[in-house]
Formats: sequence, C-alpha cells, structure tokens
Amino acid sequence: MREGVFSARCSFVRFYQPANIETGKFIAKYAITIELNNIMEFETVIGLEVHAQMKTKSKIFCGCSTEFGAPPNTQTCPVCLGMPGSLPVLNRQVVENGIKLALAVDAQINRENRFARKNYFYPDLPKGYQISQFELPIAEHGRLEIEVNGAKKTIGITRAHMEEDAGKLIHDEREPKSYVDLNRTGTPLLEIVSEPDLRSPEEAAAYLKQLHAIVRCLDICDGNMQEGSFRCDANISLRPRGQAKLGTRTELKNMNSFRNVQLALEYEERRQRDILLDGGKVTQATLLWNPDTNRTEAMRGKEEAHDYRYFPDPDLVPVVIDEAWIERMRQSLPELPKQRRLRFIEQLGLPEEAAAILTASRELADFFEQVCAAFNNPKKAANFICTELLREYAPEQISECKVQAGQLAALLTMEEKGTISGKIAKTVFVEMLASGTDPEQIVKEKGLVQMSDEGELLAAVQAVVAANPEQVQQYREGKTKVMGFLVGQLMKQTKGKANPQLANKLLLEALGLGTEAGA
Amino acid sequence: MNLHTLTLRQAQQKLAAREITATALTESLLARIDHVEDKVRAYLSLHPEQAMAAAEQADKKLAQGQGGLLCGLPLSIKDVLCTATMPTTCGSKMLEGFIPPYNATVVEKLLAEDAVIIGKVSMDEFAMGSTNENCAYKDKIPHNPWKLGYVAGGSSGGSAASVAAGECLASLGSDTGGSIRQPASLCGVVGMKPTYGRVSRYGLVAFASSLDQVGPLTKDVADCALLMQAIGGHDERDSTSAKKDVPDWSAALQDGVAGLRVGIPREYFGEGLDAEVEKSIRAGIAMLKEAGAELVEVSLPHTEYCVAVYYLIASAEASSNLARYDGVRYGRRAAADSLIDMYRQTRSQGFGDEVKRRILIGTYALSAGYYDAYYKKASQVRTLIREDFAKAFAQCDVLVSPVTPTPAWPLAQKADNPLALYLSDILTISANLAGIPGMSVPCGFSAEGLPIGMQMQASHFNETALFQAAWNLEQRAGVKGRMPEI
Repeated sequence: MREGVFSARCSFVRFYQPANIETGKFIAKYAITIELNNIMEFETVIGLEVHAQMKTKSKIFCGCSTEFGAPPNTQTCPVCLGMPGSLPVLNRQVVENGIKLALAVDAQINRENRFARKNYFYPDLPKGYQISQFELPIAEHGRLEIEVNGAKKTIGITRAHMEEDAGKLIHDEREPKSYVDLNRTGTPLLEIVSEPDLRSPEEAAAYLKQLHAIVRCLDICDGNMQEGSFRCDANISLRPRGQAKLGTRTELKNMNSFRNVQLALEYEERRQRDILLDGGKVTQATLLWNPDTNRTEAMRGKEEAHDYRYFPDPDLVPVVIDEAWIERMRQSLPELPKQRRLRFIEQLGLPEEAAAILTASRELADFFEQVCAAFNNPKKAANFICTELLREYAPEQISECKVQAGQLAALLTMEEKGTISGKIAKTVFVEMLASGTDPEQIVKEKGLVQMSDEGELLAAVQAVVAANPEQVQQYREGKTKVMGFLVGQLMKQTKGKANPQLANKLLLEALGLGTEAGA
Repeated sequence: MNLHTLTLRQAQQKLAAREITATALTESLLARIDHVEDKVRAYLSLHPEQAMAAAEQADKKLAQGQGGLLCGLPLSIKDVLCTATMPTTCGSKMLEGFIPPYNATVVEKLLAEDAVIIGKVSMDEFAMGSTNENCAYKDKIPHNPWKLGYVAGGSSGGSAASVAAGECLASLGSDTGGSIRQPASLCGVVGMKPTYGRVSRYGLVAFASSLDQVGPLTKDVADCALLMQAIGGHDERDSTSAKKDVPDWSAALQDGVAGLRVGIPREYFGEGLDAEVEKSIRAGIAMLKEAGAELVEVSLPHTEYCVAVYYLIASAEASSNLARYDGVRYGRRAAADSLIDMYRQTRSQGFGDEVKRRILIGTYALSAGYYDAYYKKASQVRTLIREDFAKAFAQCDVLVSPVTPTPAWPLAQKADNPLALYLSDILTISANLAGIPGMSVPCGFSAEGLPIGMQMQASHFNETALFQAAWNLEQRAGVKGRMPEI
C-alpha cells in the first residue's frame, strides 16, 4: 500500500516539477488520489449498534415510570437509585419485547436467558454496574433485508440483548459542576448489534430505517431519535478491496437522526480514506459527531480500555423462555413492514416505490389502509398520500395529522365522482390539514362543486371566446399553444370549478366551430 | 424483676397474662443496656425513644387483644438491615449517619408483628469478618459477654453479644459464610442461617448476593422458630426468594427424634479441631442418639476447597456490590478536584482494610484473563460442593458438626492474620455455598467457661429437621437458660 503511494507520487512529481510549484502541489494531490483509487480501491465496512428504548410503562427492574421529560429525579425509587439493599425484579414485558424483536429479525431465541453485571464507574450509573446480558443474550444470529438503489441485501444481526439504561448527566458549562438526573436509569433497552455487513453509509442508513420501522411496527419502541429512544453507534473501517482482514475502526457516537448517521459515516469514510491515502494509519478511537460543524471529534477525557468484569448477576434468576411463550408472542406479532410492502404490491397493485414509502411507518401504512377501506382505488389513494400528505408530515408523524382517514377517503371519492376537480381536491386538502374539517363541508361552504353542467359551462366558454378575440384568432391560425391561456381564462372565470374534461371539450368545440365555419 | 433474662416465649406469655407491660419490658431492657453496654459494646445506635413509642403502641394493641406475633418484644437488628428511621451504617465509615429511604422487608415484617426495635447492633464492616474487629467504629467492637476481652465473633457479633448479654430478647443478623452461626456459637446463643431464598434479602445491604441470608439469633430454639415464622416467606421484591410456604416450625419442637438420621461428616472432625470442642460435640451427638436419632457417618469430599471457593465468589460479588459507594449519591464523599480523584479518595477513606482487601481479590478474580481460572472455576467447584451435600442428604436428614474449630479467643489475637481467620470459617462456609439451612445450638462449655455450639445442617427448605434436632439437643445439653455474669 505504501509502495503504491510512493510510486504514484514520484512519477507525478517528475512530470510536473518544472511548472508552478503551488499549482503542481494542488494538482498533484488531486491526481494522486485519482491514480491511487485506480491502484487501490477501498472498501468501507460498517457495523451498527442500536439501543432501542422499550415502550414499557415501567422500568426494567422496578415499578417507576419510564415517561420522558419529567422533572429530574422524580421517577426514581430505591431500586433504580441503587440504594443499599435494594434488589431488581425483572419486568416480563421486556422479555416479551425481546422475543418479538427476535422473531421479527429471524433470530434464534436463547431458551435460557441470563443477566450479567457490566461493572464500571460513572456518576450516571448508580450501582456502579449496569445490568445487561453477556453470555446468553435473548437473540442471536438474526438478519434483516435492506434495499439500496434497487439492490437487495441481507444484513446479519449478531445479537440483541436486554439491559437497563443509565441516567443523564447535565454539565453546567459556566462552573465545574455536573448534575445527575436518574429518571432514565433503568429504562429498558434492547441493544441490537449488526454484523459488519454494511458497505456504505447509504446501506447503514437503509438498515437503520428498516430496523426503526420494525421496532415501531412491533410497538416495542417509539423510535424517537431526538429524545434518544432510538440511538445508534457505528463502527467504521476501510480496507483495500479484496483484503479479508478488517482495517482499524473508529466508533462513532452522538448521531441522533438518520441523516446524521449517514453524514457522520460519510465524513468518517472520507477522513479515513484521506489518512490512508496519505500513507497514515487510522487510530482506533471513539468519536463524537458534531452536527453543528458536520465533523467527528475525539471524545473528551478518558476512554481507557475498560475491563467490564462481566459476571452473572446473582440478584436475578435465569429467565427460561419456553416454546409456548414464543408461540404466544408469534401469534401477537403484527404484520411486519416487509410483509406489508409485498402485500401492497401484490394485492393492491402499488408500484414498489409507493409501497416502500407507505410502509415506512406502521401509522402511515395503517392510515393508507383505512383510506382504502372507504375508497376503492388504492393507487390513487397511494399517490395522493405520497405527494400531498407526506409533503406536510413525516411517516412517523401521521398521528399528528388532523385529517382522518375517512375524511381523506371522502375527498378522494368526491374527486373520482367528478364532484370536484383534482386541483380543487388539493386545495380542499390543504384546508382539511389546517382545520380538520370534513371535505363535504369545505366544498359546500366555499361553493367549490365542480361545474359539470354543460349549459352553464358553455355560457362561460362563450364569454371567454368573446372576451379574447385575439387569442381565438391566433388559435385558429394554428397557434394551438394559446389553448392553455384560454383554459386558464376559463378557470379564472369559473373560479377553478370548471370540470376540466368538459371545459376542454366545450372550448375545443367553440374554437372548432369557427374553424369549421371558415372551412 | 430481671426481665432481660426472659426468652421471647416467656415474655410473650407474661405480656399475654398482663403480668408485665411492653413498656416495662422495654424499660427494663434499656436499663440493662445502660448497665452493661459500656462493657459489651454491642450497639452502634440505640433508639430508646422509638423503642418506647413502639412499646406503648404494643401495649395498646395488647389491651385490645390485637397484637401481632411479636407484639411488644424488644429486639436488636444488625446494622446491615435497612431501617427508615434509624441509621444503617453497615459498620462502615462509608455510610456514617446514612438513613435509608425504606425499611428492609424483614424489618417491615417485624414491625407488622408489632415488635419493638431497640437499636442497631455492631458488625464487621459490610459483614466482612469473623470477630467484629473489622467494624470501623473501634469503640463499638463487641466483647464476648461470657468473657470480656474475648471476641464475640462475627460478622453478626453485635447481634450475638446483645442477645447473650440480655441487651435485647432476640436479634436479626445476616450470614454469608457463617456470620450468624459463628458468633452464636461463640456467645452461647441459638443462631440460624435459613435456606437461601427462605427469607427476603430486600433491604439487606448486600455483601455477596448469592450467599447472604437474614436469620435470627435467640436465647433458645423455640424463640428461633418463632422469629423465623415472622420473617420467612416469599417476597416479590426479591427475585431469589422462594415461593415456599412457611411451615409451623413451633409444632416441630417435640420430644424425641426417632428415625431422624444424623450424619457426621468425616471431614468436619479433622486436624485443627480443638479437643474440648470435639469432646463437647461428640457428647452432643450422643444425646441425639439417646433421643432416638440414627447416626450415620458421611463424607463431604470437597470440603477442603470451600474456603478458596468462598473467598473467590464472595469477594467477586462484593467487589461489584460495593461499587455503589462512590460518593455520588449518599454516604461519604471526599473533597477532590476531579471525578476520578473523588472516587479514589472517597473509597480510600471510606472503606477499611478488610473491605479493600476483598474488593481487590474480587476485582482480580473477575478480570479479563483471570475470570476463567478464578471466578468460573470457583463456580464450578461450588456445584461440586452442592452435589456433595445432595449425596450426603440422601443418607441423612441432619448433618452435625462443630461450628468453629475453637471457642472464642482474645480480641486482637488474630486480627493481623486474615488467612488464619479465613481458615476458621471452614465449617460454616459450605452451607452458604450450597444454599442449605444451618444452625448453631449451644452444646456445652469449655473449661474456661466459653460456650461451644453444635452446627446442624439440613437439605434445602428442611428447617423443620433442624428445629427438631436442635430442640432435642437443647433439652438434653443442660446449658439452656444459662446467662453470663457481666
């Protein structure tokens, strides 16, 4: 590898040296990059670790609430505060969530589950150890299918285990003081670790989105990345294509959106490539993504090699998961995003892209199906939702939308029946989004019913023809482009209510009559 | 009236018969404490006002005939059990003045039965030790009431001394490797380590979670059964507590043990066993035979590994259990310039030598590269030890042996030799490793006038057999009711 860099540099320097040195340097680096990429292509290797906070009412080992945003240290008890003598008692719901995830990613479920202590000191960790799983995690050897640019790929899931979350530290930047909020301590987490099967930041983002859709669909995690209920750490390394041995990796943290995950990985990919191209070595480190500067930065302070001294937690008994329990969980599984997407394509005849978009969240897919229940044209409904609704709301935010599925179905029915025009439908929808009012009411109040009466419309057509003799003349001379203008005028005259097909027909007839007369 | 000499049962009868009041009983015990405490030094904290208030409540309930099982009975509690109205220091500077925000389940149970809690008694720091000399409060190291200047044993030394000296009618201690049975033996009282899971550990400050159990120290076997009745049973706050019904142990206290198979483990009568102790235990065994027991010689072949296994497992668990004492939330916090320094200073100043020693051993045993050789291997041998007992209990119902190789010894004599002290735990440790119940019952006295206890062990949840055998020994040993002169 070093040799490659050298020879490329030498040959180039020889060639350009006589010219302007500054320019030469600039071009040199550029040229070397190109040349090197020819000599040696890099392959990016990414593995993701996701911490999904579970949507349970109470914490994993005590009865405290898991609700986000309460005043500091109000959702605590002797158990989650790690008071002397307190003991953990496992919340069964956590195990059930773990089983559901395992089933959804085709993982093997360990019949005997053990909790282990991960020992380390930090002020947000009241017991001085985190109760996690080590030797016997709930799920192993799972997989998830992703699709990037039309290409499908299966990503391995090494393991998923149950553990408790730590608290939060709030640092006062003005004085050397830190505050500890232990509300989050003991919130159940599923840590889901992927195999290093991802080959680009794009694939990483696709995997993450897929996993996100699954945990939300299973209703085991609310997926809120901003509030930290779906967190992702990434390991990334580069190696010369064809080399089996992995390169030195860096670990990226603090990426609280899909976009940031992709940006951070892209940044880190470039940074590592530059280092390698310069003949340097990547240093193994934990880096924080800074979304303000769009750079990764070295983590402040410590980061010594930890020895967590895992050992089975003697306060908890092994959890035995039997077939019956797994079967019960299997029965309770909702339709998963992948299955639903296929059904949308096969049964409803949606294009792949629309099916993918509509299954990005369970709420959105549910909404779509509710619309279809009252409006029997799935393609049209899909199209309208993908363009008009998703312009305003992200797939996860559909529940915030004021428009009910039934209302949207009513609107689409009115359009299909020709009661209103497609254009008016969009206008009415904007109004519905703002107020949540029924479309019938909006159409009625604003008098938006489509003008489909031939006699009524004909009068308007004649008025337009009469008012624009110049354009009519031009049209008749073959400048058919002015048709658009005339239609516009007609729409203006009818306040957009003219039935477009009918208006077109009548206008053409009106103009055609003249032609006919002239002939 | 010398009410401090009463047993729980005797006091109960007198209270029920209105011969005495709970207030008078508590006052009498407080007076006794006043009289002997500067010599015995059992109490880390005394709470006469709370005790008197509880006694008054008890009297009201007694008057209405509504009292609980322990109504008006003054007890002491080892300072390792959380009490919401009394400091809980675990004998450590780390928790000086610490008042927990809740009561341990066993404390709740005592209160629910209307017991009177007089105060919290001394112990080795975080229950690590067998002489009570590891208590961080050096003026509160109990003396053996039978011979002042001698150890009371540990780690529940305060419990044993307070019962023996009549500073309470009974006490609760905790036993991780003999911490109830050994001081009970050295102080001539009855002590029981119940089956692991029989009594809730919720609120018992953890030393080694897989070994710790709360249990009673009492003047006689009947009292022990009574107190066990009050504290036993499943607790949903402790995942390791067993869903087992609590039998009526008092009903097991009947004369004769016909058909009871008493096992004598060969390995427990080996080298280093004091001749007087052996003689006393052999005599006790003969008494059991007289009572109808069938004697069987049994073997526990892995006994020699018990001490090593115990000190690896207990220390490993302790190193993790004691990590929470970091100065961040409660207890002691040292002034320092940085977080790491604060941790370092807090723990350096807050813990005593023995605690530090065990944290170091435990941390080492769990470290990468050593885990397999130490912690894991110890866990495997622990399984073998458990199997030893399973095999032995196929041949017998109760195993009898000494509790300690020698009677009590002078304070400070072995304080500088932790290894010698570790080795003296050999007879009690295995019950904790196996999770079986064990008991110490007064059996005799040495020529020097020091008590000697017999250990009895039974299979899991078979405390009934222990009570049966212990009560019959007690009836015959001729030492019941004897109290030291202080």
